[in-house]
Amino acid sequence: MAFVQNLPFISIILSLFSGPLSSILSGKWAKRLNLAVITLIGAFSVLVLTFVLQTGEPFVYFMGHFPAPWGNEIRVGVLEAFMAVFFCVIMLLSMIGGSREREIEIEESKQNLYYIMVDLLLCSLLALIYTNDLFTAYVFVEINTISACGLIMIKQNGRTIEAATRYMIMSLLGSGMLLLGICFLYDLTGHLLMSNIKEQVQILAVTGQYHTPLFIALGLMAIGLAIKSALFPFHAWLPDAYGYSTVSSAAILSSLVSKGYIFLLVKIFYRVIGFNVVCDSKVINVLFVFGIIGMLMGSISAIKEKDIRRMIAFSSVAQIGYIYMGFGLGTEAAVVASVYHILSHAATKSLLFVAASGLTDASDGSGKFYDLTGAGYRNKIAGIAFTVGSLSMVGIPMFSGFISKLLFSQAAMGHDMKMLPTLIALAISTVLNAVYFMKTVITIYMPATGKVNMREGRVIPIKEQPVKAIALIFFIVLNILLGLSSEPVVNLIRIGLEMFD
Amino acid sequence: MDFANLLHNYPGAVAMVLFGIGFSNLLLQKNLIKKIIGLNIMDTAVYLFLALKGYIDGRKAPVVVDGVQSVEAYINPIPSGLVLTGIVVSVSVTALMLSLTIRLYHRYHTLDLDEISAQLKKEDK
Repeated sequence: MAFVQNLPFISIILSLFSGPLSSILSGKWAKRLNLAVITLIGAFSVLVLTFVLQTGEPFVYFMGHFPAPWGNEIRVGVLEAFMAVFFCVIMLLSMIGGSREREIEIEESKQNLYYIMVDLLLCSLLALIYTNDLFTAYVFVEINTISACGLIMIKQNGRTIEAATRYMIMSLLGSGMLLLGICFLYDLTGHLLMSNIKEQVQILAVTGQYHTPLFIALGLMAIGLAIKSALFPFHAWLPDAYGYSTVSSAAILSSLVSKGYIFLLVKIFYRVIGFNVVCDSKVINVLFVFGIIGMLMGSISAIKEKDIRRMIAFSSVAQIGYIYMGFGLGTEAAVVASVYHILSHAATKSLLFVAASGLTDASDGSGKFYDLTGAGYRNKIAGIAFTVGSLSMVGIPMFSGFISKLLFSQAAMGHDMKMLPTLIALAISTVLNAVYFMKTVITIYMPATGKVNMREGRVIPIKEQPVKAIALIFFIVLNILLGLSSEPVVNLIRIGLEMFD
Repeated sequence: MDFANLLHNYPGAVAMVLFGIGFSNLLLQKNLIKKIIGLNIMDTAVYLFLALKGYIDGRKAPVVVDGVQSVEAYINPIPSGLVLTGIVVSVSVTALMLSLTIRLYHRYHTLDLDEISAQLKKEDK
């Protein structure tokens, strides 16, 4: 066994133990430890990715060397390793981009607690990506929820505590359904390892035995994870949670936490149930319908918003809708588009949150559009970054959002029932996106002269916040990179999905 | 529908009904404490379901006593293990929910989530 094969497990353990270690460190050292751990794990994941690409086949790591039906396993293919790299990059940039806000908004004595939460979050995300065991996945889903709740409520005011409570309630409903679904599957198949369950499910699908319970289990797991990742009717907690928490939390929650659950759902589709069985079920139609409604309703709510952070939060609802619509189409190409959109949305949304915090800084801390007038001149780099993010969300060529829309529409082509609704929804949603994002871009580049009652903003030169500027530049580069060289990324996703079988 | 099967599997049906009760309480109750009670009923229903699936008539709990090591003597130990893991998870989320409830109660002097939202809206204005 090559040494590289140990790295996924080492990454999980490393982030898990850096959490408790942070509790005895000061805020400053906890931050350093956290950044070092994320960077190190990112580097490890790059090594794992190159290793898997070289060998061309996935590898399985037995925990404690117990063989298949008894032991717990970690399984690493191209897509898993790539996701780990990507999540580390986004997390690192979000942490760097929001470091100034964290120091202002979080009490001195609680600084190190924040890093415990981030370390645990990274650990649970890695475990969700790598694990081959359904019950382990459930446990780490709960750890993910708890640490995400901590990220929301670390900034202590009434709003965030209420948002955290609402988040917990919806999440617990979701995990209850997920757990019940897993128990049903265990009851039907007698296994907890994904590969073993899949063998049994394929047999059940061929013989037609236990047809109804199987689909109830699939439905429970899909809807449970959809609730947790804020698919349309279950999104009530989201705007408050993203809108009032500190900026790194908002960026991490929107781009990583919800994506972790969605990635687990992709794994359940491919590795646990088998994609052919999923496509035959009615569950994907439900996801399709709610995805499309979410695309439209999320954007409409965003148009009505008066606060920039809450507007970006509502836009997340619409983007999550895109991803579920892709699952709903039920073809290989559509899932590739959905996974690409996970990447594209993660890169863009964290960029937008960090850029928006730069803009509000230049407007005396207010996020209202009226006060933001001309903020793009006062904080130049944040203005440029916000414009790039907006263009990408709307789907202008050259940026990542365009590629995902292109992939979605290509995937919808030739689909007899779902082609028209998909294309129409994509078109309307693009127009709606343009309405609120372009409105914001125009506002921040409007000269602020002649406005009455506007809050007094101040000019923030790049020298004052060099760290945030660097994070924003990296975000912009990442976005354009995803947009211009989408070909290798899409190929990687395709190879990764094939490796799932 | 075959109701004979339903009657035969009545413990499973009870578990599902309990799950429904817990789920709807967690979703619909306004009072935070009642929501947490709902959460616990929901989780416990899942554990009941799991324990039920691991049980084999006439066998004993999987703890080796009196040197009996035959597989035939004991029930399936895995669901019991899952229940234990699940209880740990459920205890920690319950503790977290209760601490959030205490925080909210100190601030707003009510346990009603809608009332808290109304007060928050007032604060904004």
